[in-house]
Amino acid sequence: MTTRTPWRHTALLAGLVLLTAACGGTTKSDVEQQASASATAASSAAADPNAPIKQGLKIAFLPKQVNNPYFTIANGGGIEAAKEFGGEGKEVGPSDASASSQVSYINTLTQQKQDAIVIAANDPNAVVPALKQAMAAGIKVVSYDSDTAPEGRHVFVNQASAEDLGRTQVQLLAEQVGHKGKIAILSATPNATNQNTWIEFMKDELKKPDYKDMELVKVAYGNDDDQKSFTETQGLLRSYPDLAGIISPTTVGIAAAARYLSDSPSKGKVKLTGLGTPNQLRKFVKDGTIEAFELWNPADLGYLASYAAAALASGQVTGAEGEKFKAGKLGEYTIGAKGEVLLGKPTVFNEDNIDDFDF
Amino acid sequence: MAVDLARMARRWEGLILVLLVGVTVWASLGVDGFANGSNVSFLLLDTTEIALMALTMTLVIVAAEIDLSVASTLGLSCAVLGRLWNAGLPIEAIMPICLLVGAACGAFNGLLVTRLGLPSLAVTIGTFALFRGLAYVMLGDQAVAGLPPAYTSLATASVGPIPLATILVAVLAVVAAVVLHATGLGRSIFALGSNVEAAFFAGVRVKRIKLWLFVASGTMASLASLVYTFRYASARADSGMGLELAVVAAVLLGGVSIFGGRGTLPGVLMAVLLLGAVRNALILADVANEVLNFVTGLLLVASVLAPNLGAVWRRRSSPQVEGKSVT
Repeated sequence: MTTRTPWRHTALLAGLVLLTAACGGTTKSDVEQQASASATAASSAAADPNAPIKQGLKIAFLPKQVNNPYFTIANGGGIEAAKEFGGEGKEVGPSDASASSQVSYINTLTQQKQDAIVIAANDPNAVVPALKQAMAAGIKVVSYDSDTAPEGRHVFVNQASAEDLGRTQVQLLAEQVGHKGKIAILSATPNATNQNTWIEFMKDELKKPDYKDMELVKVAYGNDDDQKSFTETQGLLRSYPDLAGIISPTTVGIAAAARYLSDSPSKGKVKLTGLGTPNQLRKFVKDGTIEAFELWNPADLGYLASYAAAALASGQVTGAEGEKFKAGKLGEYTIGAKGEVLLGKPTVFNEDNIDDFDF
Repeated sequence: MAVDLARMARRWEGLILVLLVGVTVWASLGVDGFANGSNVSFLLLDTTEIALMALTMTLVIVAAEIDLSVASTLGLSCAVLGRLWNAGLPIEAIMPICLLVGAACGAFNGLLVTRLGLPSLAVTIGTFALFRGLAYVMLGDQAVAGLPPAYTSLATASVGPIPLATILVAVLAVVAAVVLHATGLGRSIFALGSNVEAAFFAGVRVKRIKLWLFVASGTMASLASLVYTFRYASARADSGMGLELAVVAAVLLGGVSIFGGRGTLPGVLMAVLLLGAVRNALILADVANEVLNFVTGLLLVASVLAPNLGAVWRRRSSPQVEGKSVT
């Protein structure tokens, strides 16, 4: 019998702790009240729009993961911009797209006393504490591609408005399937900030009467992994043999889906569109697997983010709404609400124009 | 034989210490930004969860078992925390619940291993997938944020360059080291790890000890999950993905025999620091991520190979091993 007492003690202790804790603890609503009470104060530092860009600025690009073709191009654009204004750009980052590994890199960059960090966040919240420490150490933070929570950065460079992207992809596919039939979405990871926002706008667009004969049957997740995206495409076609089209708002997903479709009997019958790069999809546009797809120019995105970082680090802007800065060949940009800078409208690529682009 | 092993173990820990000091000196002189308070603080903080789980993992591996489900237990515990927080429970009530979840995960592993006599490698590979799967069932794809700032700042706070989380690790490390190296229980763990039958006949309560080791391992994983969640201010089902390998790696590099019965806690703690310092220094020196993984892998292969090289050499030089067959 004596052997049983430890259990009893543990259970009793646990029960007591639970009880006391339940009486006066911190709950979600407590935190939300506190947060709304201390609404964010605007930054007080004054911007000098005429300040020259400082020379020798060290700007680090921290993508979601390295060796991802999309980020290689974007950061290439950013590093090129840094050369233009006499700064020094570099790309560092984890090989897996996880939030926690980005945090170690942020800490390291803080340690290296970079002038600015340009980051695409894997998790909008998990990177914030580390970024706050970086900002406290005087480092300017620009998010691009995937935003962090607003308190974690000074400026967000948005590749295109989420609304434009979501709606235009539905419009592109609707033209190709004649506004009728079952459609599916092949997305990246289930918690990817971008993709989820776009998908919301896609669903909203589909509610319009123009699309009354189109039905979204499934949102599949390929986790931005080539093999997983490939098998998810296979699964979609097996589960819905009468599928009319697929939208894949991720460069990894659309390439994997195109690879599957181009070798399957559904080639050309099941329409595929989404976001991809011309070099990656050129062959599938030429062989008829894809009619048209769209994207912003990632090199321009990196380029603009680089200039935004330089403008912040040189004191031309502070990240407040209405401030303007010049971004080299792209011209002048204005910071919008919540520190957002919008790159512009997406470009549609098809058989006629794809050879004009090399990225 | 026992003396021989003890000497070799001491030598191995000595080697790790030399490596650790070597890396630290090299990085302090050669890598800009390594040797200062805030970097030391980042480095220590980054190894917190690995160090915590390595403490109990050491005991488990010394007992000739393994727990590959620790990172999944961490993930499940994070998911439970997120789910309950969203449901409006106070965080002070959620934390003990998370620890209980971890203990339950460990007990599940332990019961399968001790009552059904299944190999822990197979059991915990199974629960590795099971617990992670459960985590996704609990929380799905969402990231739960907006946790209380009092706790999230506590998780990253430090006294001088020493993070509070590291102090927690230190306290628990002392407890684990005393248990393993200075109590009867510790001697029993070593005994059952080197020869389970001999230990059983000597009166060691093999099954009970193993069960409680798994419970401790699960509870520690959920404690690590609390640190992890508050440190990143975000509770997700995919938290800590892949950490189990880092934990096992540190334990083996620390000189614990994968066959059980041999190893020391100071060795493991030094190995955790060594792996953390190498990684930190290489990232600071702008070494690409692929090279980083390569270097870590190399250290691990070396850690498994080096102690066994001696054994292989002895076997070659003295082909007549009496009494016991060597496989």
